[in-house]
Amino acid sequence: MMQDENLISHSPDLLLHQTTWELDRDEGEYVNHLKSTHTEALAEPLIEVPEEFDRNVAITSVDALINWGRKSAVWPLSFGLACCAFEMMASAMSRFDISRFGMEVFRPSPRQADLIIIAGTVTWKMAPAIERVYQQMAEPKWVISMGVCATSGGPYYGSYSVVPGVNHIIPVDVYVPGCPPRPDALLYGIMQLHEKIKRYSIQQGGR
Amino acid sequence: MTRAHSCEDAARRINDAIPGAAVDFDQTAVWIKPESILEAARLLKSDESFDFSFLNAVSAVDYIEYFELVYHLLSLRRNSSLVVKSRVPGRENLEVPSVCDVWRGADLQEREIWDLMGIHFEGHPNMKRILLWEGFPGHPLRKDFLG
Repeated sequence: MMQDENLISHSPDLLLHQTTWELDRDEGEYVNHLKSTHTEALAEPLIEVPEEFDRNVAITSVDALINWGRKSAVWPLSFGLACCAFEMMASAMSRFDISRFGMEVFRPSPRQADLIIIAGTVTWKMAPAIERVYQQMAEPKWVISMGVCATSGGPYYGSYSVVPGVNHIIPVDVYVPGCPPRPDALLYGIMQLHEKIKRYSIQQGGR
Repeated sequence: MTRAHSCEDAARRINDAIPGAAVDFDQTAVWIKPESILEAARLLKSDESFDFSFLNAVSAVDYIEYFELVYHLLSLRRNSSLVVKSRVPGRENLEVPSVCDVWRGADLQEREIWDLMGIHFEGHPNMKRILLWEGFPGHPLRKDFLG
């Protein structure tokens, strides 16, 4: 039987941490990079209608159709970080029934999702993963910051390991306060997002 | 109900096997020299009359003048428990032997102690941070950490 020379993890002379050290160092460097560069909150993505299209009836009706389609099937990503995730799951269950908005399909892949609900405390170690998942989502995409932890750090504000608001990492559309917010509050936040989606115009390249 | 193993008996028999290892004992715990932790752990696990086959928890406490490691041991066969402590003086370059070879369950907890308290465990197969990221400055559970 052939011995694989490259299978270093099986070598008895090599400690486990030597085989994974590079990964950890790279991850640590990236977290430190994020922590030092993302000191300011990102702006909320705003809607600006150019003046010449402001009262254009034809454009508005196309907009209305597209936005109606988009807002009626905002597929969220299955993504929960802490206790807020349970309230998010509760809003997906039959009692609160998120499927009334065409949102019951929580997607396991960011490629198929339109909305990411940041449900829980965002730590600096989680920040690279959130950033990557957000970048993997196809446009148009929206972000709801659920609960005070995701919004500002909440009870962990000023902690050495918690991001002071997920808007330091990705731009946020709707903030839902609460610790954790009840499903009613999340549904209200989702309806606010629907109102926002309704006001988008194709003149802005989809957003 | 789990019985607490007599600390006096434990201290005496540890000292019989490893002279000078047990430095103190009271009603609740036995104190062991940091450099004898591994030897004492082997004894406590393998000796028939101790038979502490299970390590409940390893933790560390910062008393500013020294750190104290706390090992909660349990004998499933004899249904008895023992608390072993060890005082590690100083604040920089702390080095104590790992008990990972004796109880595999110490692996992640010793890493956590290194991560948050800054006590390095010698002989641990994978001694690196576990909760925080590499490059994090300091050890945040220490009393003098001002984050």
